[in-house]
Amino acid sequence: MKRLFVKGNEAVAMGAIEAGCRYYFGYPITPQSDIPEYIAREIPKVGGVFIQAESEIASINMLLGASASGARAMTSSSSPGISLKQEGISYMSGSELPGLIVNICRSGPGLGGIDASQADYFQSVKGGGHGGYRIIVLAPDSVQEMYDLTMLAFDLSDRYRVPALLLADAVIGQVKEALVPHPYVAPADLPSKEWAVAGKQGRSDQRIVKSLYLGDGELEAHNWRLHAKYEELKKHEVRFEAYQTEDADFVVTAFGSAARIAKSAVMMAREAGLKVGLLRPVTLFPFPEQALSELADRGIPMLCVELNTGQMVDDVRLAVKCRVDVAFYGRAPGAGSLPTPEEIFKQIQKNMAAKL
Amino acid sequence: MTTQYKQVFGRPESLKDVATHFCPGCHHGTIHRLCAEAMDALDIQQRTIGVASVGCSVFLYGYFDIDVVEAPHGRAPAVATGVKRVRKDDVVFTYQGDGDLAAIGTAEIIHAANRGEAITVIFVNNTTYGMTGGQMAPTTLPQQRTSTSPTGRDVANDGYPIRMAELLAGLEGVAYSTRVAVDSPQHIIAAGKAIHHAFDCQVKSGGFSFVEVLSTCPTNWGMDALKANARVASEMIPYFPLGVFKDAACAEEGA
Ligand SMILES: Cc1ncc(C[n+]2csc(CCOP(=O)(O)OP(=O)(O)O)c2C)c(N)n1
Ligand code: SF4
Repeated sequence: MKRLFVKGNEAVAMGAIEAGCRYYFGYPITPQSDIPEYIAREIPKVGGVFIQAESEIASINMLLGASASGARAMTSSSSPGISLKQEGISYMSGSELPGLIVNICRSGPGLGGIDASQADYFQSVKGGGHGGYRIIVLAPDSVQEMYDLTMLAFDLSDRYRVPALLLADAVIGQVKEALVPHPYVAPADLPSKEWAVAGKQGRSDQRIVKSLYLGDGELEAHNWRLHAKYEELKKHEVRFEAYQTEDADFVVTAFGSAARIAKSAVMMAREAGLKVGLLRPVTLFPFPEQALSELADRGIPMLCVELNTGQMVDDVRLAVKCRVDVAFYGRAPGAGSLPTPEEIFKQIQKNMAAKL
Repeated sequence: MTTQYKQVFGRPESLKDVATHFCPGCHHGTIHRLCAEAMDALDIQQRTIGVASVGCSVFLYGYFDIDVVEAPHGRAPAVATGVKRVRKDDVVFTYQGDGDLAAIGTAEIIHAANRGEAITVIFVNNTTYGMTGGQMAPTTLPQQRTSTSPTGRDVANDGYPIRMAELLAGLEGVAYSTRVAVDSPQHIIAAGKAIHHAFDCQVKSGGFSFVEVLSTCPTNWGMDALKANARVASEMIPYFPLGVFKDAACAEEGA
């Protein structure tokens, strides 16, 4: 396969179309508009449908309808638009509908700015809407992963009937890098969508896609069933990158673009003779609790780096259960707030010195 | 000599044989029946997908023997858009109350209509929020008392009731927009024809069709069934005139 030089956002769009997504519903917002622009141009060529909806609320509900009808479908937006989609994501979760939601996260709160940010971590992994649910959250750190994880998101979402969110930011969305596109191969064991509405077509049973359960005990049972799926996800679908952690005395944890910068800092540390590693969660839900816990078993202190004022660090601390110190270095999102590798390297040195 | 009996009235196939939860005198049941009759007459039950809204009619799947998707409050036209784009050859309809369609879902209905989505919308206007206990709706009449307009709707504070059928008729994408009532046998027959025509529009010419049905909510109006029924003609029809406001794409098919 030849290498292409494309933007992260384009890689998402390419991966989605390659994975068989034929329905896209969205509303313009920076820094993700390259996704709808690419899809508006390309999806008609493969017989797909692109709708620019009147709002993010309408787009997520179009996704709900298309997904209820059994189609692979997606929407994309950036933070303020993702807030508007939360109602629909909650309904999709309650109705056990798959579907891909892409958040090219920008800075906030409110209108904030259009700079890279990881401030939507909590909203993504804790169930951003009402009612207590989880969605699959994947965090790419490169253009290649934007492509690969888009495909994976569809597969996981279809398999578990849980909505999937691809959480990236302005850096990963806008950067141009080499991409080696590869053909999509559907997992042979993906379940067929026998629950999808289709008109009864002579069936004796009705197909009903709903989230309302009023019968005695029904809703509680439904919630436990959803919970069991989240536990299955935790058991089988955790993905992370462990970089130079085998012999490490100190580990940096970070995801997405922050992890890219942190990795450079880890390399600097190695050059300076410090045994530092990086643990990068690729799935933010399910979270790599076990991998972090094992590092804590080895007594390895950590530094969590994020483009926010401290969110994932809570989950890292929960995973290590106070056995080791977890320091935090974050930069609140906004223009000019991306940390340099040197800055993170200094944090590594400072925190390692405090330990020795 | 043997007498031949022919059944002239029965339960439509598309409707399940169950008792509804609607209050006595509520028109939702009648409107359900008219939709089911249209599905039977057009022989589309096996390829119809309903989109339920949030309101007293949320249990659409409990009464219609068809596939159903439940939409969030107000979002049924967007959900139906997603369904219809995937299931192009199926018949897709939403069934929405006035709070659902004309307040929280105003953007979704206007834009689905404006895109000319090939769906049918059954809009039940009972001038109040039934399910939540009779609060003021966007269709509540001036001076009408509701639990959130206890001294009567004050247009200076609350604005005016919205005439949705007329409003949507002004959009290019709309093939058919009409307002009917089900408060008398004549009106029920006319309403049945309108609903039939609306589904037929979708089937034959793939247009967006909209039927506003004036309906009762005796429970929240604080009236018995007969008084509530009489209010449709005495108070609602004068403000919400019955009629066809647009019948463009389907005109040549004949009503
Ligand atoms: C986002 C949201 N807001 C409010 C509600 C509460 N709610 C349920 S039904 C309803 C309105 C029902 O009135 P209408 O649409 O006129 O239908 P009816 O019950 O009269 O048939 C409201 C406000 C809700 N379910 N979701
Ligand atoms: S509350 Fe009103 S709209 Fe709802 S079922 Fe009763 S009468 Fe009908």
